[in-house]
Amino acid sequence: MKHWLYLLVGIFSPTLAASELPLNMTQGVTEISNQVYDLHMTILLICCVIGLIVFGLMFYSMLNHRKSKGAVPAQFHESTKVEIIWTLIPFLILVGMAVPATSTLIAMEDTSDADITVMVTGSQWKWHYKYFNEEIEFFSILSTPRDQIDNKAPKDANYLLEVDKPLVLPINKKVRFLVTSEDVIHSWWVPAFAVKKDANPGFINEAWTKIDKPGTYRGQCAELCGKDHGFMPIVVEAMPEAEFDAWIAGQKQAATEAAAQAEASLSQTLTMDELMAQGEQVYMARCAACHQPNGAGLPGVFPGLLKSPIIQGPVGDHLDIVINGKPGTAMQAFAKQLTAQEIAAVVTYERNAWGNDTGDVVQAADVSNFEK
Amino acid sequence: MNTTTQDTDATLDPVSHDDHHHDGPPKGIMRWILTTNHKDIGTLYLWFSFIMFLIGGAMALVIRAELFQPGLQLVDPNFFNQMTTVHGLIMVFGAVMPAFTGLANWMIPLMIGAPDMALPRMNNWSFWILPFAFFILLSSLFMEGGGPNFGWTFYAPLSTTYGPDSTALFVFSVHIMGISSIMGAINVIVTIVNMRAPGMTWMKLPLFVWTWLITAFLLIMVMPVLAGVVTMVLTDKYFATSFFDAAGGGDPVMFQHIFWFFGHPEVYIMILPSFGIVSSIVPAFSRKKLFGYSSMVYATASIAILSFLVWAHHMFTTGMPLAGELFFMYCTMLIAVPTGVKIFNWVATMWRGALTFETPMLFSLAFIILFTIGGFSGLMLAITPADFQYHDTYFVVAHFHYVLVSGAVFSIMAAAYYWLPKWTGHMYNDTLSKWHFWCSLISVNVLFFPMHFVGLAGMPRRIPDYALQFADINQIVSIGGFAFGLSQLLFLAVVIKCIRGGEAAEAKPWEGAEGLEWEVPSPAPYHTFSTPPEVK
Ligand code: HEC
Ligand code: HEM
Ligand SMILES: [Cu+2]
Ligand SMILES: [Cu+2]
Repeated sequence: MKHWLYLLVGIFSPTLAASELPLNMTQGVTEISNQVYDLHMTILLICCVIGLIVFGLMFYSMLNHRKSKGAVPAQFHESTKVEIIWTLIPFLILVGMAVPATSTLIAMEDTSDADITVMVTGSQWKWHYKYFNEEIEFFSILSTPRDQIDNKAPKDANYLLEVDKPLVLPINKKVRFLVTSEDVIHSWWVPAFAVKKDANPGFINEAWTKIDKPGTYRGQCAELCGKDHGFMPIVVEAMPEAEFDAWIAGQKQAATEAAAQAEASLSQTLTMDELMAQGEQVYMARCAACHQPNGAGLPGVFPGLLKSPIIQGPVGDHLDIVINGKPGTAMQAFAKQLTAQEIAAVVTYERNAWGNDTGDVVQAADVSNFEK
Repeated sequence: MNTTTQDTDATLDPVSHDDHHHDGPPKGIMRWILTTNHKDIGTLYLWFSFIMFLIGGAMALVIRAELFQPGLQLVDPNFFNQMTTVHGLIMVFGAVMPAFTGLANWMIPLMIGAPDMALPRMNNWSFWILPFAFFILLSSLFMEGGGPNFGWTFYAPLSTTYGPDSTALFVFSVHIMGISSIMGAINVIVTIVNMRAPGMTWMKLPLFVWTWLITAFLLIMVMPVLAGVVTMVLTDKYFATSFFDAAGGGDPVMFQHIFWFFGHPEVYIMILPSFGIVSSIVPAFSRKKLFGYSSMVYATASIAILSFLVWAHHMFTTGMPLAGELFFMYCTMLIAVPTGVKIFNWVATMWRGALTFETPMLFSLAFIILFTIGGFSGLMLAITPADFQYHDTYFVVAHFHYVLVSGAVFSIMAAAYYWLPKWTGHMYNDTLSKWHFWCSLISVNVLFFPMHFVGLAGMPRRIPDYALQFADINQIVSIGGFAFGLSQLLFLAVVIKCIRGGEAAEAKPWEGAEGLEWEVPSPAPYHTFSTPPEVK
């Protein structure tokens, strides 16, 4: 018997220690997340103690009050005193638990006096961040390559927990989040901050955090939001204030440059090949989740784009649905998500890929004219 | 076939009941289709539920196979979502609830000394619409665009504006399930209130009957709410209403309030009858009276009442006002008190008894321990600030599987073993049943315990693929899943063997068992208690 135990311990302890399996809630990097962690550990401990007592008594009884050991059943089957005791004691334990829980909860819900406000908007299947008062906004999309998901390439360390543009936040500042959604319900969750808030379409929820340590913190959407719910991670880059300010300045600069480039692109004429190459990129990143990489769609859910009347028909209708989307369906309005150049490219791509071969070429200027 | 005339012309002492020609069941398939006999209908419900358990289980295995490794291997995410949705719907409405209704049909008349259920024709109807409901639900999986893919909780607008074309079929099938449940519940209430044998006073009712009576009231109160909310989903999707669409003045969070006003009592609908079963079995194999009978009844009633005041604990992250969060946190914590009383009472029943460990007792003991673990995680989930971290992760998945699989399902297995001798007239194969128990016990824990860990470590629920740090534990969980699934085939083998033959069962095969059901012979004759027994 002893040997057997040693063997078990021997097998499991090094594997457990070496693999660093994540087994518990993260303590996180905010005061609140630490309080939540403490609450979690306290209640876990209380449950373990009660469990040990109750299960201990049960096992004692199972071992000692066996008929095979000659046990003769006792006759008692009621005791108001005992029953009152075991109603009252758990009640008091619960009251003891409710006190710290209440004070943590009150602190968590206090979104007043924030230093920065970030609007977080979920949509199928990406996050959009907008810094109030800064005119900076961008989408944040899963950056894990398709090949890794399809097991055609080795998976890297942050598989499914990496994005093209993380949310950047300063440390030691109270950041308020305004959370909402464009389509279905999503939920914005970063375990290290103990923030999880549902993004409800048409309503705005509030949450806040104050990060203690610089670092990269990863989370995921926590509310089933359709097909790619498992593929819309959240990455937050937390940095000291000076670095953050520099980042803001850099973003503003980049935004001005991008605007200038977008302006310039309106007078550019690209070749079919250039448009197709760029269009394929945009399509794979932004459209393929629904319309599928081969344009075939998912019958009954997302329409295929092969030989579709809209694609074979006038360019205007095609531009219309991509730019304005179709309200009440999963087809979003891409006017704000893509530049005129990108829309031109993706529309050209769709009209010529997968045997659509319309031969149509759409330029950025066409898109911007259409938008007017 | 006409039960009433048969009942009046035969004044039969159930114990010395001999096989009168017209008292046996008619032969052939029509027996089952036209039957109004509570035992036949009970059998139908139980088989139906077991078949659904296997179908829902197969879907769970598709889920676990996909999650065996990171990456997408077997199914695409849209189909994965259909599997989680239909698995949940089938297990809740197809496996657990019909199993309890089957047990109620078989056992309530036998336990209260009634000849049948009060409304036998409605009883037939309430069973026979069920296969259609599930046929519709399952066939929607083969429609273009697939079946329901929005989770068993069908949150709007994922199920409305963004739902698949088959949503109408989903709504229709839920309506039928609801009607069936309501009819079943009415039948249980009318039977218990009106058909108790003389002397069977309220405080003498077996606890299974008490818990079912309370469950039936819960059903009648919340199934219409479910019917209402699916109808609103239907009109939102197809008739341009906007109950849950902010653009038209509605509110998607209102959906959740209505759903969980049904949903939380629903989870108690799935556990109160278990409490009754365990309260029958533990005293029988402890050879000692149930400790604190009346406090058990009061605890059940208070759980039922409290279950209407806690629904929003499923919605802490939706952005409720602080006062709401506090109210629902306190009420949810409070529900742990009567639940604790039950557990303490069972332990006190065992205390200084003379225990033996036949298979029904083994399942009941496993129930007590594992259900308590599920109760602990429930208590943790009730702590709102901590729930922000647990919510919608595998921690919740672990919680509800502990209360539902090693809780409700284990109690159903316990009940089946306990009453199989009465149903079939044979003892089940003891060795095989012990194998079934131990395999189930070990695999259920390999399956669900590690889910606590991945959940705490941050793995969301309802995802078809996951980050690498969750890989090891998911592999263990999947292995447990397949082991648990296969173990249930042992149960099928035991039941079939037991129906076919085996050692003849006495009228009362368990030394310490009590109750009227043990006073009729085994197998229970087709008609019992045509003359009510006298209860002293
Ligand atoms: C979230 C899923 C989703 C994404 C992402 C998406 N679409 Fe769509 N798309 C749809 C749906 C759903 C429809 C059908 C709308 C309807 O009911 O008419 C649609 C329709 C279309 C149509 C009309 C097809 C037809 O034959 O009716 C075109 C063209 C189109 N999308 C292009 C795009 C482009 C270009 C992108 C990427 C920039 C894109 N879509 C991204 C879901 C999506
Ligand atoms: C001590 C008693 C219990 C308490 C305090 C409790 C508490 C909770 C809480 C707070 C949640 C929400 C978790 C979340 O989503 O964040 C939850 C979920 C759930 N509970 Fe319990 N629970 C208890 C017993 C039960 C029982 C007896 C059952 C069923 C037999 C049950 C079934 C479920 C189910 C199915 C869910 C998940 C629903 C879903 O999101 O799909 N619980 N429980
Ligand atoms: Cu999501
Ligand atoms: Cu609940």
